[in-house]
Amino acid sequence: MKSIKKILEQKRLIRPVLVLLIGVTWIGVMLGACKPEENNQEPEPSGSTPLAWKKPANFPDPVYNLTKNPLTEEGVALGKFLFYDGILSSNQIIGCGTCHQQQSAFTHHGHELSHGVNDQLGRRNSPSIQNVAWNPAFFWDGGVFDMDFVPFNPIENPVEMGETVNHVLEKLRNTPDKSAKVQVDYPKMFKAAFGTPEITTERMMKALSQFMTTMVSAESRYDKFALGDVTALSTEEKEGLKLFRQNCGSCHEGELFTNFSFRNNGLAPLKADDQGRYEVTKSEADKYKFKVPSLRNISFTAPYMHDGRYKTLGEVMEHYTDKVINSETLDPLLRAGGKPGLNLSETEKESIIAFLRTLSDDNFIKNKSFSDPGIGNAL
Amino acid sequence: MKKLVYFYLLLMVVSLLVVACKDDSDEIKDPGLVAGKGKFLLQFDNVVGKQDLVLDNKTYTNSLGESLTISRFNYFVSNIKLLREDGQSYTIPQDSSYFRIVESDPKSQILSLNNLPDGNYSGIEYIIGVDSLRSVSGIEKRGGALDPSGEMSGDGMYWAWNSGYIFLKLEGASPQSSASNGKFYYHIGLFGGFNQKTVNNIKTVKIDFGGSRAIVKGDSIPSVKLYADVEKVYNGPNPISFDKNPSIMADPVLSVGVANNYKSMFSFGELKQNSQAK
Repeated sequence: MKSIKKILEQKRLIRPVLVLLIGVTWIGVMLGACKPEENNQEPEPSGSTPLAWKKPANFPDPVYNLTKNPLTEEGVALGKFLFYDGILSSNQIIGCGTCHQQQSAFTHHGHELSHGVNDQLGRRNSPSIQNVAWNPAFFWDGGVFDMDFVPFNPIENPVEMGETVNHVLEKLRNTPDKSAKVQVDYPKMFKAAFGTPEITTERMMKALSQFMTTMVSAESRYDKFALGDVTALSTEEKEGLKLFRQNCGSCHEGELFTNFSFRNNGLAPLKADDQGRYEVTKSEADKYKFKVPSLRNISFTAPYMHDGRYKTLGEVMEHYTDKVINSETLDPLLRAGGKPGLNLSETEKESIIAFLRTLSDDNFIKNKSFSDPGIGNAL
Repeated sequence: MKKLVYFYLLLMVVSLLVVACKDDSDEIKDPGLVAGKGKFLLQFDNVVGKQDLVLDNKTYTNSLGESLTISRFNYFVSNIKLLREDGQSYTIPQDSSYFRIVESDPKSQILSLNNLPDGNYSGIEYIIGVDSLRSVSGIEKRGGALDPSGEMSGDGMYWAWNSGYIFLKLEGASPQSSASNGKFYYHIGLFGGFNQKTVNNIKTVKIDFGGSRAIVKGDSIPSVKLYADVEKVYNGPNPISFDKNPSIMADPVLSVGVANNYKSMFSFGELKQNSQAK
């Protein structure tokens, strides 16, 4: 008897609780109903396979907005084909991978300036494509500030790929092309990546960005050291790191080894009189300034500087100690002492170079997932 | 107990009334009017002085006495706002408010503005070019007229090397041109810079319909023709010499001069009512 009474008592307690619960839920529903449609720009689910992407532990957060272009296996695979395929150029030969080759950390090894369609020469050294998801500015002059807008530049430059994006889209729509070296069915690949076979500017650029986002280099010996393995660097390399931070670290800052600022590092202008950042901003203060490049994988990316004038790291160090030219816009950090340039002994320079070599990431230049799927032309 | 239940029922009904969703998107876009079902046709007629512009086959003369033929004349019209006689205005939702007027493409010269609130409209306001926000927005916001895939050396209006749009493009040939090919190229853009201030050549235009009223109401569809006078581009307050400057693009002084010329190239032409009524 007692237990039944207890149950009844409990029931009486439950009812108001239940009513209260319904009430709270109702209010919750009401509030939820009026939420603005968030992320209405988010791409529709395409049926493709999401790709887990993790930033390296010692890196800051990426700049590229991955929520607007979530990586998928199919999207990255498509981006890789587009990256290497000469279909992006007017002569069907020059792909992105022609001037950005993996074994030289996606630069054009041995080329001070790259040659595009019809052997025409560009005017600046091909920059490395690595860790670009962290880039707030692209190209030596920072004329582009969003990765999705990078490919327009080489594709439409008459001395690089000499094409128009419109025509590339048309060519892609007409694949598989029987006359092509390798048969690629792009409408099928776009469908796998984006849900329908439609080939648009946005999709093409997003696929390329997806692939480029995966091109992360963060497994050098320096990274092991940065993550706590003190034995990863030798005594000389550690000394080099210390000197590097003191003398070079204000520009080649942080784990990306650049702060993406634009600086005049005292290179004497060549015949072409490339004025760098000034061409974009037209501000006198920007004359002869160029974007500070990352120094990761620098052992693989010779020649150096925006015009590829230096072949070795020794020459680069010699520039900073002995060859810096004074001018109105020379970086103040390079004229702190009596004469322009850095004050470093031969031994110190050697230590810095020894350290710089620890930024080499063998996995990055060998990783098959970044390699030419058999469609490219390395010239 | 029952009281509690009634109390809750009452609360639910009240909350339904109070919290009922209101669509505030239009309020953000324009404080004045909200969308309706009206339609408005806007036609851009490119002229040289008082004559219709003829590409390639007609020779014109600038105020400096240099002769020219025109091969290309394109410009962006965006962020359109219709002004009503009662002082209120209606801003076309931004995503549907970018138009690339291309002289060689007559279809591009007639803009159909839809979903307008009824009213008597007395004027129009718009930007020549693309606003700075849209000039830096993500690629998913660059469809239609803003698609950057167009040919730079053709009718394309996107600058790949210095990311942004060309607001106005005028090309042609002149025997006085000092360019090796005898041509001239005026590509005027620059939205003020992404993270560093640059020249801002965005110009806002306000055109009055000359005292007449464009009536938007039900089947009543007004059609307004605006003239764009190419002569103003090279004969404005900063006359262009094909000899001295056969090419003006990103120059911070010359481009501003041209933009200040063309900001007054538009004028009211004519208004027709019901031209497209069913």
